[in-house]
Amino acid sequence: MTMTAVGTPGLLTEHDDGPVRLSHDPRRLLILADEAGLTGRGGAGFPTYRKLAAVAAGVERPVVIGNGAEGEPASGKDRALLTRAPHLVLDGLVLAAEAVGAEKVYLYVPADIAPALRERAATRAPRVTVVEAPDTFISGEESAVISRIEGRAALPRDKRRLVVESGVRGAPTLVQNVETLAHLALLARYGPSWFRSRGTPQEPGTFLATLSGAVRAPGVYEAPYGVPLGELVNLAGGPSADLQAVLVGGYHGAWLPARAEVPVSRAGLRQYGASPGAGVVVALPASACGLVESARIAGYLARQTAGQCGPCVNGLPRLADTLIQLARRDRDTRLPGEVERLLRLVAGRGACHHPDGTVRFVRSSMATFAPEVRMHLAGYCTAEGASDV
Amino acid sequence: MSERLHIDWTACRGRGLCTELLPEMLDLDEWGYPLPRQGLSVPRALSNPARQAVGLCPRQALRLQTEAAS
Repeated sequence: MTMTAVGTPGLLTEHDDGPVRLSHDPRRLLILADEAGLTGRGGAGFPTYRKLAAVAAGVERPVVIGNGAEGEPASGKDRALLTRAPHLVLDGLVLAAEAVGAEKVYLYVPADIAPALRERAATRAPRVTVVEAPDTFISGEESAVISRIEGRAALPRDKRRLVVESGVRGAPTLVQNVETLAHLALLARYGPSWFRSRGTPQEPGTFLATLSGAVRAPGVYEAPYGVPLGELVNLAGGPSADLQAVLVGGYHGAWLPARAEVPVSRAGLRQYGASPGAGVVVALPASACGLVESARIAGYLARQTAGQCGPCVNGLPRLADTLIQLARRDRDTRLPGEVERLLRLVAGRGACHHPDGTVRFVRSSMATFAPEVRMHLAGYCTAEGASDV
Repeated sequence: MSERLHIDWTACRGRGLCTELLPEMLDLDEWGYPLPRQGLSVPRALSNPARQAVGLCPRQALRLQTEAAS
């Protein structure tokens, strides 16, 4: 089976024919989402239908939030979508709000694009309130989004109940990534069979991928789930150097070897402990040192702790420092064991998944660059002589 | 139905009372925070000290939740 990049209609190319509405029966959106097999595009990949249904089943009138915070530094797809096709996001947001009978509707986006979206919302979707997201890695985390909407700092909170049951001021709350909302708008316009005509039967549809690193044309591209990694990289002009690995799923994602045939889907990436996540793909050239790059990212993740949970506040910097020692070729054979010990220590011990996502990333770094780890412990580096990495 | 200890990590400051009252379940990590020895399911025999730990936590960071028996 050959999979190709999609033509029109597309998320970034869809022209504006005026608002899409399901005016006769707004709840039909749930059926469309179910039949299409649409899943969330923010990273977790949860079935959209189930989320919509859970929120609609609440006693209180729900709150709906379009989440465009995209704190992930390697991701640019939500920004691209909000800039190039805001009408799809607004339409999807209103469709979702009408489907679940929402009382309040919010669009949560980075501060620099908020004014333009506020202007756009005023004419197209007046009931939408645009709220500014701070520029932090965890600002888009579901409970952080809710805190911000309630007027407090965008910090994750302890979750005793699901957000779909109890979110903004206790009301059932739908937090949906803006790309998922855009898919809903296209789905309302073109239907589930069209949606399922791309992707795989188990993982239908397309996703927006942000490609960066050693590719000729870094940027945001739409591709069907299951697209071979090589084809996806070719959408971005192909590799600009020999590649050794790719980081898939972002800074909370996982490294895998740069094999062109690997299908970019949950099923295809599972054996690498990876998933498409929010569509981030970073290509690492053969000339770079995977450990140096991993240590840099681990350092970033440590600095992005919200500062609330002890194991994360204390453990992530320790983890990053240990990786830096490895990257620097400190010839201490206890370092890999120390990394593993710290991973076990922070896993599952936080209010949000920041420690767990960091654990996944670091574990995949140690596995994918295991030969490099051995080299470093012996005082060598395969990237030595290469330019700055 | 069985019980499960829930730790609110945003509230916990590692005061350590829980690890003293429930040493069978909770160890201390190197920063002073509770470290579950084997998950957070509360054995029936530890139900009372678990309740005490919940009630005495100075940060109110502990809670008992009921979970379906597995």
